[in-house]
Amino acid sequence: MSNLNEENYEEERGGFVFDNVTRNMFMETKGYQAPIAMKTGTTIAGVIFKGGVVLGADTRATNGPIVADKNCSKIHFIAPNVYCCGAGTAADTENSTALISSKLALHRYSTGRQTRVVTAMTLLKRMLFKYQGHVSAALVLGGVDLDGSHLYTIYPHGSTDKLPFVTMGSGSLAAMAIFEERFKDDMSEEEAKSLVHAGISAGIFNDLGSGSNVDLCVIRKDSVEYLRGYDQPNERNYRTSYVIPRGTTATLSSTEEVLSKQLIINELDDRMEVAP
Amino acid sequence: MDAIKPFDVVQMNPLKELSKPHSMGTTIIAIKYRDGVLVGADSRTTTGSYIANRVSDKLTQVHERIYCCRSGSAADTQAVADYVKYYLSMQSVELGELPRVKTAANLFRTLCYQNKNHLMAGILCAGWDPIEGGQVYSIPLGGTLVKQPFGTSGSGSSYIFGYCDVHYKDDMTLEEAEQFVKTALTLAMQRDGSSGGVVRTVNITKDGCERKMVPWTELPVFFEG
Repeated sequence: MSNLNEENYEEERGGFVFDNVTRNMFMETKGYQAPIAMKTGTTIAGVIFKGGVVLGADTRATNGPIVADKNCSKIHFIAPNVYCCGAGTAADTENSTALISSKLALHRYSTGRQTRVVTAMTLLKRMLFKYQGHVSAALVLGGVDLDGSHLYTIYPHGSTDKLPFVTMGSGSLAAMAIFEERFKDDMSEEEAKSLVHAGISAGIFNDLGSGSNVDLCVIRKDSVEYLRGYDQPNERNYRTSYVIPRGTTATLSSTEEVLSKQLIINELDDRMEVAP
Repeated sequence: MDAIKPFDVVQMNPLKELSKPHSMGTTIIAIKYRDGVLVGADSRTTTGSYIANRVSDKLTQVHERIYCCRSGSAADTQAVADYVKYYLSMQSVELGELPRVKTAANLFRTLCYQNKNHLMAGILCAGWDPIEGGQVYSIPLGGTLVKQPFGTSGSGSSYIFGYCDVHYKDDMTLEEAEQFVKTALTLAMQRDGSSGGVVRTVNITKDGCERKMVPWTELPVFFEG
């Protein structure tokens, strides 16, 4: 790594690179099938209640028709008072939220003030708009700051909406049906939690892309409660235990060999390179 | 003839439909009347056939007495409006006075024209300034700038050109202008599937801006078949 110059560094940095987008689009028109990134067919939602915000998410990650992760975490940390649910490509939601979270942490160190939810929203929408929808992150952003509770949806193309109750992902229609029926202004925390739970459950049971458990995150004026595995309606009830007694497989023959006779010791200086 | 495919691809994968660009199949209108301007819009935002927001606010304030009505891609128009808002606030601080509506409209035009290949934005820019009073400017898709006594835009506007041409008068009162805007938007919302929800209006005069919202239960009723 001694010849590390700026060009090499740029190459190895990774992250969002779109150099090949045009080429890939052209290749797809010629019949080339591009590999598919892991998408979280998802149900995520949020509701504003009297003292804060409740965010919710299912925990299924899919890769085509395969369930890639049965208990993934889709509620991401943005700031101590702001959290964000992500739907779309798993890598994109995780990295965009982490990137903005880091920028906001630096902003807090420089200003010495609590992060505002609008600030997080603006940074996310500017980034997503810049990438013109190629970063497929569909987000539900919620938090409490000095002007109260805020809840936003952010779409992959960079548009945002501010609403008292929101749903996103492939299960958004199922969850929205529940919210439209049962939402009220100024609910209690318990009412809000049970509403989000019902919405996410509707996604889990009625949408193929969503499943497994319900995660919730309650953000109040000066506290946060991250309820990972708030409800586990899909636990495995029966599991076969494979305890196989010794000797189940018959030994037909056995040979012994002393390995040290085969060993050749290489005397060359092969010490590991250690950084100065 | 090929065999009919058993399922529509869109139906099989709802995410595909929901991850389309967010667009505002819209009806927006802005009209100059005696004391200033009145702008109006429906409240529907759609992704494909799903209503992503039934109470959206397409009337965006870019300065104290200047609003824009947004139609087209939600992401594009929000980004453009944010830029104009920023430029106007900087200019008004430097000048120490209210910016002209013409200036705001020109900023919209510049952004929409120079980025015409990347944007889907049909904007109406309306407001009041101390030099020219109430004004309405239309910035349609290609990024041209047209000054008009009234302007309509969005997918729903095609249904109401006739109504507007027949019923527009110079120098209307606020009550007449409100009636005109409310009727035009209701007619468009009834015929255009991509427009609907409530009617939002903002009345901009030299004294300030006043917002109004008309729920769908209180909209005028016309021929419903």
